Amino acid sequence: MTDTVARLSTAPDPVEPLRRSAGPIVVVRRWWRLLTSMRTALVLLFLLAVAAVPGSLLPQRSLNQSRVSAYYAEHPDLAPILDRLSMFDVFSSPWFAAIYLLLFVSLIGCVVPRTRMHFRAVRQPPPPVPSRLERLPQSATFERDLSPAAVADAATAALRRGRWRVVRRRVGGTVELSAEKGYLREIGNLAFHGALVALLAGLAVGKLNGYEGSILVEEGSGFCNSFQQYDTYRNGPFAGAGDLTPLCADLDRFSTEYEDNLIPARFLAELTYTREIGGPASTYPLEVNSPLRTDGVRLYLTGHGYSPRFTVTYPDGSELTDISAPFLPEEQTTLASTGALKLPDRPGAGAEDPQLAIEGFFVPTAANLGDNRLVSVDPRPLNPAVAIVVYQGSIGLDSGAPQNVFRLDQRQIDRGVLERVAAGNLLAGQSLELPDGTEIRFEGYKQWAALQLSHDPGQLTVLIASVVMLLGLLCSLVVRRRRLWLRCRPADPAAGGAATSRTVVDVGGLSRADSGSFDAEFAALVKKLVADSPGRN
Amino acid sequence: MAVNDSLAALSDSAFTASIVTYSVGVVGFAGEYAFGRRGRVARTSSEQTTVVDGGSNRTDTATVTTSGPGQRLGVVGLACTVLGAGLQIVSLVLRGVATDRVPWGNMFEFASGVVLVTVLSFLWLVWQAPRLRHVGVFVLIPVVFVLVYAGLKLYADAAPLVAALRSYWLVIHVAAAIIATGVFMLSFVVTVLYLVRQRYERGVIEAGSMPRPVAALGPRLPAAAVLDRLSYRTVAFAFPIWTFAVIAGAIWAESAWGRFWGWDPKETWALIAWLVYAGYLHARATAGWKGVKAARINLLGFFAMTFNFLIVNMVVSGLHSYSGLT
Repeated sequence: MTDTVARLSTAPDPVEPLRRSAGPIVVVRRWWRLLTSMRTALVLLFLLAVAAVPGSLLPQRSLNQSRVSAYYAEHPDLAPILDRLSMFDVFSSPWFAAIYLLLFVSLIGCVVPRTRMHFRAVRQPPPPVPSRLERLPQSATFERDLSPAAVADAATAALRRGRWRVVRRRVGGTVELSAEKGYLREIGNLAFHGALVALLAGLAVGKLNGYEGSILVEEGSGFCNSFQQYDTYRNGPFAGAGDLTPLCADLDRFSTEYEDNLIPARFLAELTYTREIGGPASTYPLEVNSPLRTDGVRLYLTGHGYSPRFTVTYPDGSELTDISAPFLPEEQTTLASTGALKLPDRPGAGAEDPQLAIEGFFVPTAANLGDNRLVSVDPRPLNPAVAIVVYQGSIGLDSGAPQNVFRLDQRQIDRGVLERVAAGNLLAGQSLELPDGTEIRFEGYKQWAALQLSHDPGQLTVLIASVVMLLGLLCSLVVRRRRLWLRCRPADPAAGGAATSRTVVDVGGLSRADSGSFDAEFAALVKKLVADSPGRN
Repeated sequence: MAVNDSLAALSDSAFTASIVTYSVGVVGFAGEYAFGRRGRVARTSSEQTTVVDGGSNRTDTATVTTSGPGQRLGVVGLACTVLGAGLQIVSLVLRGVATDRVPWGNMFEFASGVVLVTVLSFLWLVWQAPRLRHVGVFVLIPVVFVLVYAGLKLYADAAPLVAALRSYWLVIHVAAAIIATGVFMLSFVVTVLYLVRQRYERGVIEAGSMPRPVAALGPRLPAAAVLDRLSYRTVAFAFPIWTFAVIAGAIWAESAWGRFWGWDPKETWALIAWLVYAGYLHARATAGWKGVKAARINLLGFFAMTFNFLIVNMVVSGLHSYSGLT
């Protein structure tokens, strides 16, 4: 077998051994060859897999900041060391990036020359017939009562029908055919690796230009797409506040359906939205698994809960009606929730008048345990109730320090500037009177929805790259590159290839050993060639 | 949607019956393995190694010529395998009907589905190459083990799905994951057999020494080259399906969680397994990594799959919290 025959793959040559003394260019070239060798790529591949492990086992900031804080509290000595190694931000850490960037450089360094080689291989005719066909893994011989040229014509036609690429060579009275098929294997292989690079590029574009913001919206209120309005947001370095799509949405109604065993069956947030300020309004039934997609942004429903509603009547007769605040579910199965209301401003009050604050526990369906404790037994709002503790004094909002909206500032209470004045359990419609005559009435509830708005301009690139990747992968695993050679020689060489002479046909086949057995296909091919040649005997 | 309790109970009975049937199958196959005469299978396979190493494509076309009690037990084993798979299908279909959804909504159903795929792909292999029948014992033992574990530790009552799972992507993404995992599991078994046989061929055939305890199973196994090729082909089959499962998962995550990829532990481990199997496919084509080294990577890949299924679902917290366990 000659070298050209044996080489069905365009895999790069193994790395040559290092010589001692060498110039800088040679050294760089050696390192480049080392980096782009398959062994290095393999090592980097495993390194990437190993590097991802801590990111899945340790808490990550990008997923859950509070778990990282909890880890710090649990392991005060270990956590700072891990943090210095970026163990809580593994997937955005420099060392993780180093591994995948090296892997991609290695991949590009491997794919580019292979693409060039394959391009050449596709344009080159299949190699000439090897001298000893019977030495190939597949070989056969049959005879025909026709001239070599006529047999070759028939075989060429038959092979071309089977989408083989055929080249014909004439050596004296002998006609030789070289045929090749399965170029798609390497094309698929290259497409797969090229698509991987495109996928990484798409990811980068999305990370740099994308943003996402989250906000809790109560029934009857809404929000507009701007960073100031979001409770939390994240934006890429190239995503400025001016680039945001002018989308505004109001939550008209939120509803939940439950199965008999209280598993949630459906969440529905009925939205009214406009795509520009003052533009025409449309409605959209926002559900889990069905985001609102418009103008390159997607709006998701990511959570829900209850906001208890109160009316406060001050001793002077002034009223605050329909005040509410979202409470956070403590338990997902019963939606028992906690939260706080802060009422710094009362109509017509002076700066020295005490502020009012309520801390509370809301249950959608209260069960009477008889001992004054409130317990939720159902996530549906069948019998809503609150347990509230009312404070008067200074809430501390004007101190400038950020406060948790779901809790009162404990420091204000400890300092004695915010005093507990009353507490009680209220069913809807019941009220609690404070020592100064203020009346707090529990009116019922509103529902709120947690909404998330996302923009990722790299998404489509990533999707297309993934599809190309999958198709390329399938081609490279299913298609086999294979070669077939036919030598049609006159049975009696002395006759010199006359039109009526008898022809002996030697057939040889070669395929990559890995991918399935070529022998069945070869046998079928030979059978077909025998059947297709005219003048069967 | 109310769950049909009587159908769910029937499904559980079919599940139990499938374990019993597979267990009888284990006994049958083990009997064949132990009592079958050392027929042409072993001899041709050991002779074949040299042929294959010579670069030939030829496959072992020998058929099992053992007869007597060994073969009869083997047929019993095969019949039990078919029957067990049928019972498992009945169990899963009944669960689907009882809950009016696809029967792959929690870990118990997932594990059952994976095992079913493993058994069906083994049966397909035996259909293609009957001489492989006698390795059935090594397929059915892990199958029974996984089913018993699923029944004891992962069992979840037939119940409707939570709202987040009510998407057609559940049908596509999880089905692809089940098929890929099931075939990877078969590849795992074949790879273990390859390593045993390889040790036997190195030790006994080449060096002529006495078989060590592990290698003692070797004489009746198919040739190492055959097992190696089989483990490659199963991975080559399952890897694109796993790739598709990950892509489908990303598409679903984009519409359910607001991003297509967020390094959730489940996603991370899916990628880790993908990387390891990609490494396996490359290693098999790289000088110095072929054979035993590549086989170990294959084992590592299935370890990552198992870790992703068991540990990530039950110990690590993440978004994929649909185990159905309480």
